[in-house]
Amino acid sequence: MRRLLWPVVILALLLLVNVFFTANFFSIQMRDGHLYGSLIDILRFGAPLILVSLGMTLVIATGGIDLSVGSVVAIAGALACLQISDDAGVFTAVALALGLSVLLGAWNGLLVAVVGIQPIIATLILMVAGRGLAQLITDGQIITVNSPSYKVIGGGYWLTVPFGILLVVVVLAITVFLTRRLALGMLIESVGGNAEASRLAGIRSRGIIIMVYAFAALCAGVAGLMISSNVSSADGNNAGLWVELDAILAVVIGGTSLSGGRFSLGGTVLGALIIQTLTTTIYSIGVPPETTLLFKALVVTAVCLIQSKSFREKVFGGRRRAVPPSPAAEEKVRVTA
Amino acid sequence: MLKRISVLMLAGFTAMAVAGCGSGGGGGGGAITMGFSQVGAESGWRTANTKSVQDSAKSAGITLKFSDAQQKQENQIKAIRSYIQQKVDVIAFSPVVESGWDTVLKEAKDAKIPVILTDRAVDSKDTSLYKTFLGSDFVEEGRKAGKWLVDEYKSSTDPVKIVELQGTTGSAPANDRKAGFQEVIKAEPKFQIVASQTGDFTRAKGKEVMEAFLKSTPDIDVLYAHNDDMGLGAIEAIEGAGKVPGKDIKIITVDAVKDGMQALADGKINYIVECSPLLGPQLMDLAKKVVKNETVPTRVITQETAFNQEQAKAALPKRQY
Repeated sequence: MRRLLWPVVILALLLLVNVFFTANFFSIQMRDGHLYGSLIDILRFGAPLILVSLGMTLVIATGGIDLSVGSVVAIAGALACLQISDDAGVFTAVALALGLSVLLGAWNGLLVAVVGIQPIIATLILMVAGRGLAQLITDGQIITVNSPSYKVIGGGYWLTVPFGILLVVVVLAITVFLTRRLALGMLIESVGGNAEASRLAGIRSRGIIIMVYAFAALCAGVAGLMISSNVSSADGNNAGLWVELDAILAVVIGGTSLSGGRFSLGGTVLGALIIQTLTTTIYSIGVPPETTLLFKALVVTAVCLIQSKSFREKVFGGRRRAVPPSPAAEEKVRVTA
Repeated sequence: MLKRISVLMLAGFTAMAVAGCGSGGGGGGGAITMGFSQVGAESGWRTANTKSVQDSAKSAGITLKFSDAQQKQENQIKAIRSYIQQKVDVIAFSPVVESGWDTVLKEAKDAKIPVILTDRAVDSKDTSLYKTFLGSDFVEEGRKAGKWLVDEYKSSTDPVKIVELQGTTGSAPANDRKAGFQEVIKAEPKFQIVASQTGDFTRAKGKEVMEAFLKSTPDIDVLYAHNDDMGLGAIEAIEGAGKVPGKDIKIITVDAVKDGMQALADGKINYIVECSPLLGPQLMDLAKKVVKNETVPTRVITQETAFNQEQAKAALPKRQY
């Protein structure tokens, strides 16, 4: 649990900064029969990023990376909206979109595990081609749909809580159960540590790799439905643009090593929340748009440095350097890479 | 493989060039042939723009050779070179980016083919490379938005709190629409822009930023969004906060695409400044003039208007995009 200390501290600090600018930042009210407040906003708008990051965590745990999630976000939203505008049922539309997402993820996994292409290249193919596919589906236009039941996924409420947040909780619970209660998590970590050794030890490495890419794409698909349903429209050009980078950042902030072999789902959720809180902070303290990216970069750099144990020791605890760092600490340092 | 394709394409272009020569020679001074290179089909606005050019070419009796650059400059340069080889009478194009056009425009000039820029400008220092630039005046659009606001609040002396959703940071429409708006409202100190952030011209971002504004800035009176899509996203955020868009918070946007006009007619938006893609008829007029060697102004502004809620209801059934 001590691994999560720093992400928690950073998130708390970011939230506190907001209180200086918005006095009632922490207040949550009931409005029109649903919860309303800045914290709810952070969770609601952060929900797609949390989902994408969860999938990304497992992919990274196998030593891979998935650059195509942003495109899958766009494709899922586009296909669902196209179906709904063609008078298909919401259920059919959602099922088709998620089915296609899983298929695209399995394709990624196939390229990585069976064909043996490097993950960054294999998923780059879909990252580029997928954007084109999304635009092909939408015909280059923004499809607007008017469907109250579709709207629920990303913009609706259930028992006063935004539906998107509930979706995230469910997916998170299932993922935690599968990876931490069952052996799956250990198998994934083992494949990430050494795929070949795992195979020789009797683990179906290929199957596991294909499965995590399919899972990442499924998460991205759900996120895509959320994003498009939130605004009742599908934008093949812009939906999910650069979300893969935010997701990788969230995973890294959360303490999962990019070299694979171990992962922290809790850390990833915190990482995604830190990124979303940072975005909200920028809006509420009024950072000029021209300097937003620089501001974000500075905060992220600071976050990564604080997370690095060797950096903390150099800056804050010079005397403690005499103690040789343990192998575990060594591993954690690489998180900032 | 790639080599073979390019050889084939070259052969194709040569054949087309030969054919072009033939028809050009036979027709004498009759029909005008125009080569038009479009940016792509990235939005409903752009599709309407394409359709307008194609339709008005047909009705003006101009033979149109159309190519879609799929938002890539190299495709556009290739298209323009092929138009030069085909010896068209006039070339028109919407540059994907501002810079890097000097060489190919020089080639057109050497071939004595006049060039008209549409919708977007180039940053060439040598303005003799093109005859005229036909497009919207984004600063004027900002001014129109500001003027409506000044009019709307002319009888009130209370401070008016404005939040602004800017377009993509650094893009010409975002910079100019912001500047024009500020130019008009700064005359009266009661107008205060209390928050201004970029919404990247998208609905999703517009909604997200507006949600944050609603919490950090109490009592917003007016929202000025640089395009309809961001405004439409913001409307959802305002409704989610339990306020009535168009009444509790007055909304001004730019573009006048169909979804935006619908919201205006429904009373959720108060005023939309038009940024019209329908510049086909004006383009054909200019083309006829430059081919006849008549002088044309170097800058022609698209004919545009603005809509309030009543006008939107009347205009909506005929809206093409």
